[in-house]
Amino acid sequence: MNRLKSPKELEILREEILSRKALQKVCVSICLGTSCHAFGGKKVSEAFQSEIERRGIKNKVEIKNTGCHGFCEKGPIVVIHPDEICYVEVKPEDAQEIVSETIVGGKIVERLLYKDPNTGEKYVHESEIPFHKFQTKIVFDYNNKVSPRSIDDYIALGGYLALKKAIFEMTPENVLSEIKEANLRGRGGGGFDAGRKWESARNASGSPKYVVVNCDEGDPGAYMDRSLMEENPHIILEGLTLGAYAIGSNKGFIYVREEYPYAVENALFAIEQARERGLLGKNILGSGFSFDVDVHRGAGAFVSGESSALLTTLEGLVGEPRPKYIHMAEKGLWGKPTNLNNVETWANVPLIISNGSSWFRSIGTEGSKGTKIFSLVGKVNNTGLIEVPMGITLRDIIYKIGGGIKGEKKFKAVQTGGPSGGCIPEQYLDTPVDFDELTKLGSMMGSGGMIVMDEDTCMVDVAKYFTDFLKDESCGKCAPCREGLDRMSEILERITEGKGMPEDIELLLKISSLMKDASLCALGTTAPNPVLSTIRYFRDEYDAHIIEKRCPALACRNLVEYLVDETKCTGCGACVKSCPSNAISGKKKKAHSIDQGECINCGICFDICKFDAVVKR
Amino acid sequence: METFDTLEVDHIIEKYGSDRSFLISMLHDVQAKYRFLPEDVLRYISHKLDIPLINIYRIATFYKSFSLTPKGKHQIRVCLGTACHVRGGQRILDSLERNLGVKTGETTEDEKFTLERVNCVGCCALGPVVVVDKEYHGNMEVSKVEKVIEKYS
Repeated sequence: MNRLKSPKELEILREEILSRKALQKVCVSICLGTSCHAFGGKKVSEAFQSEIERRGIKNKVEIKNTGCHGFCEKGPIVVIHPDEICYVEVKPEDAQEIVSETIVGGKIVERLLYKDPNTGEKYVHESEIPFHKFQTKIVFDYNNKVSPRSIDDYIALGGYLALKKAIFEMTPENVLSEIKEANLRGRGGGGFDAGRKWESARNASGSPKYVVVNCDEGDPGAYMDRSLMEENPHIILEGLTLGAYAIGSNKGFIYVREEYPYAVENALFAIEQARERGLLGKNILGSGFSFDVDVHRGAGAFVSGESSALLTTLEGLVGEPRPKYIHMAEKGLWGKPTNLNNVETWANVPLIISNGSSWFRSIGTEGSKGTKIFSLVGKVNNTGLIEVPMGITLRDIIYKIGGGIKGEKKFKAVQTGGPSGGCIPEQYLDTPVDFDELTKLGSMMGSGGMIVMDEDTCMVDVAKYFTDFLKDESCGKCAPCREGLDRMSEILERITEGKGMPEDIELLLKISSLMKDASLCALGTTAPNPVLSTIRYFRDEYDAHIIEKRCPALACRNLVEYLVDETKCTGCGACVKSCPSNAISGKKKKAHSIDQGECINCGICFDICKFDAVVKR
Repeated sequence: METFDTLEVDHIIEKYGSDRSFLISMLHDVQAKYRFLPEDVLRYISHKLDIPLINIYRIATFYKSFSLTPKGKHQIRVCLGTACHVRGGQRILDSLERNLGVKTGETTEDEKFTLERVNCVGCCALGPVVVVDKEYHGNMEVSKVEKVIEKYS
């Protein structure tokens, strides 16, 4: 690979890539995001490869293993360009038919099209599918078009042109003011004004200065940063380099959590490629501006995602947060001015520089501009990653994009903001989604997890789940968070066991308010949110547990009983074999029964029975 | 005489330019090699990088990924992120505990499996998810647990 020494050479390279790509008229893009990978996407890709070779049409057809298309529910997904014909749940044995029918014959394979389960309608093109139709993809738009290991793919789509524009046509001040005018707010959780953060770091005295990417996506139920880092690492590198240029930094760090091994690999690979191309390292594109990046791995600590804790982890120390009065813009990494943003925030930067701040401001609401990527998961029909304009309603997300609730169940709540967020009930489904509106409801934007819950989900159990999660993850440095979470967990535990006391709710509220006021970092100050929001909106469920000793959702183990419906039981014996406490007995082909004295309420028989003969009460 | 190959550990240290700030990455590599962090290796790194052993110990015990006792040949990680939790991930974990005869965090006697719970592996659409080594098993059910274990036995 030749090192590019001037902006002109970047343009020439781009022309070359584009004319080379023009020869290949058809492109088969196969999603190899984690979900599609788990569904066997790699074998599908290999099957296409060998079929194309067998037919000797390799020079006309490009096979591209891309990142996540978003519609994880229906993987592996294959899209044939330029017609954008989308096939879902493709198996390796389908490759032959797709090549002969669609690529050679120009016909559509009906049986592999996406069929809307609600209307029965079939869709040919990816963008027509309701899951995609109601989205606005700007950041995520690249994911299904680039191969994560190809810098050429990214350059072909205009990648690194923003960097060229910035360092040759704009001063660092211009870049900064463009970001400020765009009103870009941090996508990692708090929604802080990115431009203001950059400005403080730029104006701070001291050198060197550092820029950092936070890819410690710890919120359970959120995986958009993973997807961006794994599948389009160059957009993050370009954004980071632009930030460095604006702030006056020559050294950057990407911090990736350990649970994302492919993100680490692809980030390292992209850095190497960018260096070889002269888009990273000394004297970028011959401009005199130098910037380089290192990748650090986390080691399984949620608190490391907190910005000040992340910096201490980068220093190779234990990741504990620092008091907030020390501003990292002045005294960050190794005591030097540092600017840290989350993956998605950095990924927006090249788009703003390329298209201008007024374009960015044209999307979204008054206080929150641009789009937000969410992972829409839980009890919803279409799960996956979605990118929507700020201001879209929760209802549109869950029903139009998500296709409504799975099965015949009823919606109960949507949880946003991860362990620091809250549960939003049905009456607020028409709330526009932006930073400020979600905060008003007692939840928050967070990094973008959106977990849909139905009537089978117990809200006390959810509060307990997040409290236990945070109890495990609290670093223990400050007492309000360490002790507060322990006590809250104990109280919630006894409520879910049917041993709660009427004064428990008052006690939970008291501990919550103390934690909010006195904890050292955001982990502790936001930790009570799941408890507070469930008490606020689902007080009746708490009362049912405490007063009636009953779990309305039949989810809390100690408050349910499993019984056999004798009219449905076929006596197949599947439950007998799987019961860990030998509590089920009965004659072959006759209705069985559960001995309540032996039953440990594990629910395995309920899961395993194919005849719905095990019922909960 | 050391109980381990010092050259291999030297190689890991040099890979990161003997830069102390990469200690966590170095420990990851040591763990990948030995399936845990052997005390002798930690002492050696402490000496080589001039970091007090107590600081290395603190890191080794603060972060969840590190283990001071040997882990099994295969790592079974059960996701209990929110999406997997609401889809019944806990029952999958219970079932694995019973099948393997160990509690979460423990290693089977034959050192074949270590069972762990993690808080989201980032493929929530597949929930509940079990990850064995680097392989993802999505849409898990209690009835599939035995088959998954057999595959690696």
